[in-house]
Amino acid sequence: MIGALLAASAPTVSSAADRIPIPSIRYLSIMPPIIMIGGAVLLLGLASLVSRPLRVRVSTIGSVIISGSALGVAIWQWTDVQSHGAHTYIAHAVVMDGFSVLVTMLIAIAMLLTALVADGYLTREGISGAEFHVLALVSAAGAMLMGLANDLIIIFLGLEILSIALYVLTAFNHRRAASGEAALKYFILGGFSSAIFVYGIALTYGATGSTNLTQIADYLSKNVVLTNGLLLAGLALMLVGFAFKVAAVPFHMWTPDVYEGAPTPVTGFMAAVAKAGAFAALLRVLFSSLGVITSDWQPIVYALAVLSLVLGAVVALRQRDVKRMLAYSSINHAGFILLGVEAGTSRGVSASLYYLFAYMFMTIGSFAIVTVLGREGDSDHDLTRYRGLAQRQPLLALCFAVLLLAQAGVPFTTGLWAKLEVVLATVSAGAVPLGVIAMVSAAVAAFFYLRVAVLMYASKPEVTGETGESGDEGARPPACPDPGAQIGWATPQAASGTVTTLNAELLLAGEEAAPSGEAEPTVVRVPALTGVSIGLCVAATVVFGIIPAPLVDFANRATLLFLGH
Amino acid sequence: MLHVAYLMPLFPLAGFLVLVAAGRRIGDPVAGWIGTLAVAAAFVVACLTLGGLLNQPDAHRLFVHDYFTWFHVGGLNVPVGILVDPLSVTMVMFITGVSMVIHLYSIAYMKGDPDYPKFFIYMNLFVFSMLVLVLANNLLLTFVGWEGVGVCSYWLVSFWFHRDSAASAGKKAFIYNRIGDAGFLLAIFLIFEKTGTVQYTGGPGGGIFGQLHHLGGGTGTAAVLLLFLAATGKSAQIPLFNWLPDAMEGPTPVSALIHAATMVTAGVYLLCRMNHLLALTHAGMEVIAIIGGVTAFVAATIACAQQDIKKVLAFSTISQIGYMILAVGSGAYVAAIFLMVSHAFFKGLLFLGAGSAIHGLDNEQDLKRMGALRKTMQWTTITFTVGWLAIAGIPPLAGFWSKGDVLDNVYSHYKVLWFLGLITAVLTAYYMTRLQVLAFGGEPRWDKIGPHGEPPLHAPHESPWVMRLPLVILAVAAFFGGLLDLPWIHHDSFEGWLGPVFAGSLYNDHLHAGGEWALALTDLAAALIGVIVGFALWRGAQVDKPQLEPQFLQRVWYWDDFYDALIGRPSQKLATFCAWVVDVRIIDGAVNGMASVVRATGSATRKLQSGYVRNYALGIAVGMAALIVFLLSRTWWS
Repeated sequence: MIGALLAASAPTVSSAADRIPIPSIRYLSIMPPIIMIGGAVLLLGLASLVSRPLRVRVSTIGSVIISGSALGVAIWQWTDVQSHGAHTYIAHAVVMDGFSVLVTMLIAIAMLLTALVADGYLTREGISGAEFHVLALVSAAGAMLMGLANDLIIIFLGLEILSIALYVLTAFNHRRAASGEAALKYFILGGFSSAIFVYGIALTYGATGSTNLTQIADYLSKNVVLTNGLLLAGLALMLVGFAFKVAAVPFHMWTPDVYEGAPTPVTGFMAAVAKAGAFAALLRVLFSSLGVITSDWQPIVYALAVLSLVLGAVVALRQRDVKRMLAYSSINHAGFILLGVEAGTSRGVSASLYYLFAYMFMTIGSFAIVTVLGREGDSDHDLTRYRGLAQRQPLLALCFAVLLLAQAGVPFTTGLWAKLEVVLATVSAGAVPLGVIAMVSAAVAAFFYLRVAVLMYASKPEVTGETGESGDEGARPPACPDPGAQIGWATPQAASGTVTTLNAELLLAGEEAAPSGEAEPTVVRVPALTGVSIGLCVAATVVFGIIPAPLVDFANRATLLFLGH
Repeated sequence: MLHVAYLMPLFPLAGFLVLVAAGRRIGDPVAGWIGTLAVAAAFVVACLTLGGLLNQPDAHRLFVHDYFTWFHVGGLNVPVGILVDPLSVTMVMFITGVSMVIHLYSIAYMKGDPDYPKFFIYMNLFVFSMLVLVLANNLLLTFVGWEGVGVCSYWLVSFWFHRDSAASAGKKAFIYNRIGDAGFLLAIFLIFEKTGTVQYTGGPGGGIFGQLHHLGGGTGTAAVLLLFLAATGKSAQIPLFNWLPDAMEGPTPVSALIHAATMVTAGVYLLCRMNHLLALTHAGMEVIAIIGGVTAFVAATIACAQQDIKKVLAFSTISQIGYMILAVGSGAYVAAIFLMVSHAFFKGLLFLGAGSAIHGLDNEQDLKRMGALRKTMQWTTITFTVGWLAIAGIPPLAGFWSKGDVLDNVYSHYKVLWFLGLITAVLTAYYMTRLQVLAFGGEPRWDKIGPHGEPPLHAPHESPWVMRLPLVILAVAAFFGGLLDLPWIHHDSFEGWLGPVFAGSLYNDHLHAGGEWALALTDLAAALIGVIVGFALWRGAQVDKPQLEPQFLQRVWYWDDFYDALIGRPSQKLATFCAWVVDVRIIDGAVNGMASVVRATGSATRKLQSGYVRNYALGIAVGMAALIVFLLSRTWWS
């Protein structure tokens, strides 16, 4: 099927119009997504043969093996690229270069870590079956496809594979009303943005006569288009599609609701993988094909970056729900990664890649901890739940503190280097005000990360919180009921009772799942595999923070072997 | 024999480590004996080193050895190495010797203290630091020792930190010292900047002393004055002398060792060590001499009016160090070192004697509540008398010769300062006689109700032998210490021994024999006047004589009040201003202002973030429209 699509989109359709030529295929270049999708299918079949209680564990193991093999193949690809250089394959529709390999590795690792977290989550929620892992594997395959695409159609294909699986994953916990609501929102808006994106592809095709990134670049470099309105409109629409996926302001509005509503492991996966895939494709499109019109897209990326940086940081300050807070934080991070895009230099690309890699560990680790602390029902995400965590579970609190501080960009974590790299890239490309805005937003953002850390360490566990103002209450159209003057802590009840918009009758179910405000905070058990995942994330964040050279080199070399730049 | 010198600091360090590891388990009194033995071993090594150095001919008494490189950054190479020459060996001899007897004394004095092992931990660390300070072959390593003794001093002054006064005295000592330390650091920076090395001698370019031509003129003066600022902090000179009287809050052996015999003379040592640098600047030397002379005089006047036996001795220490600084300022380094050594003997003795008296009287330190201790504490009385006569300058005791040496040199340099020094000598004899008479003479007052209604004290008792033995040793040293440098055998004694260290920068008073005799007799007359006046005024039973103890002197020339008004209160006002205006209004105001901006933004976004998908889709559509309009406008207008 893929081959057919590729052939259809390939611009080398010859005179023999009655026959679709089959291009020569180098399987190594598309091996990781093949492994992911093929593995997913196998896993689905295998899991149905296993007795029900074993299904979760078996599918976790399968998922780890599959993503591990994809990672292994990616390493093979890396050595191949090192020795033979970057090339396009399969009728120039896909590319295997350092950039694509890095993105593949990133996604494979993210998948592996998510599989470990999901194991504990699925066991706790009593969801058996391999579907979660299968969907996640497919979604990851889509993201990989976006990273290695050299054709707008392939990018779109990857985007859709990624997104549709994610819609389902978002709705995965069918017992949770918020989950369904979030999925529906995500699906509708995602469909909307996909439509815009594919329209953008069409306009670009109309303007340049090709959907192949290399050929678009060739066309643009050879033909001076004086009134390229068509191309620019196409660019605008494609940017909307990408900005939606990476959650850049003003196309971010789905983010808080979906991040809050999705099962927490899915949120972590979404934050890491969807962002990585979309950013990879965005970088590829902007640099490989639209490098000639940099001056046209740069101001837009500039504006998106500024808006994301400011809004992400400022609104996160007001959040009462940890998942919502992390959602806005991811918007803020998207702004940072956009700095590297805005720079328009190879340094910017490698800074963005490094940031994505570092962010993947931080965000999956953070959401893994949130998953664990969410407890059964996955709805216990109010900030008050983190009060005094350090006394109850010092190790968990330490890990969370490290990951949050890393997101704030403190030294000895990858967070510092990530922020430093993108800011340096954008400043050295001349956008000093953008660098300043980024640093200020980092300072503002530090507040809400530190607030959680302080809550965990400084305060004793407190059961009854005083009434205060809640967050932006996005999922709750009724007016905010707590007009407190101070920034205080809302009662767990006020914030955790999820009032649904789309599905009012599920309101009761949502409240039943919510813990009562008087519940004594108890020690939660950290499932072993989730613990491993958290440990890996923290270790990667700290080790590469103290010894940044390997990861920085990796990103730099990947950019060096970036075809088309 | 010189090669073993590096062991000297290692023994106290080993003692420190052993006590840190096992002090609590070993406990009272074995911990004290271990500490004492560690210092005694250092003393033995010091003696061996001395022997080794004496075996060398005069001109070759210099041994510099780098053991390893501490760090090497750019042009800055800092080795860990020692410098053994007559100056450092003289220092280590009296440091280890006096430390050893004071450690011995402490075994009994600190008996029963709940933190007994901790005391010896600090004491051993102190001796280690002091030896590092003296033996280091570069300025930076000296600074390490300098800071080490400072922090030990802080710990030991506030050893009984549960007393507020002790805790704040420790802080005061530390802060005053830090001001001096800043000068030391700046001096190191300046010297390194100009010479590119921190080593005293040897190494590339011959060390600092080989690069002196880079330190001419104003630079040299600045470096000297910065070093002198460090010395005023550590050695309690004007303007940084106020901490020393408060430091008497520490246990008495600490006062004897750190705040009389050794640490406070580190400033004098530093200036002597840098004598070649000092020789470059006449103005700097004058400043040093004036500060020293004035400090000697001011502190002596204050000592006349103090009630607390240890405070009298503390001001006396400041005054005596003033003499040493005066000698340094006159270029009479040998006289300064001579006074330093003999002062270590007699002031150590006086402090230990005072400690013995305090110990015997259940920690009573008020002179007005002592009296007639001679009847019950014979050993203490006899040894203390030796110390008293020595510091008062009565021949043939050590003080007469060493103080005389200083005054002779000053006489031929600065006549006014010499006269001030002479007056100080009279005052010294006077306040020491007052102390002696109030504590040991007259009728007992400890059996009466105190001036503030304190109950009568128990009858004093003599101290145990481990406390008496140090008293006897130091008394003998204080008695015969003058033999080190008798004026008529200059060349074969102290001056011949130390002279090569200072070489050209040493000032020699070429007084003829008649002049020396005349000055010696003047000194003797001054001492006798002081003693006689002291006896005449304080012999009687009446001890409350406010006309002899004016407020002005009791309140230390209002020096603390002056600092309080000039620095303390304005700083406090500034801090209050910062806390209640800058912080609360401006900073918090800005933060709260930000918070309200955020709150407003939040309210705005809340309206946008409605939860309705249609609104979100509208947002996307509006954003898309904005992008298209922007891009198309570029094509149309470009």
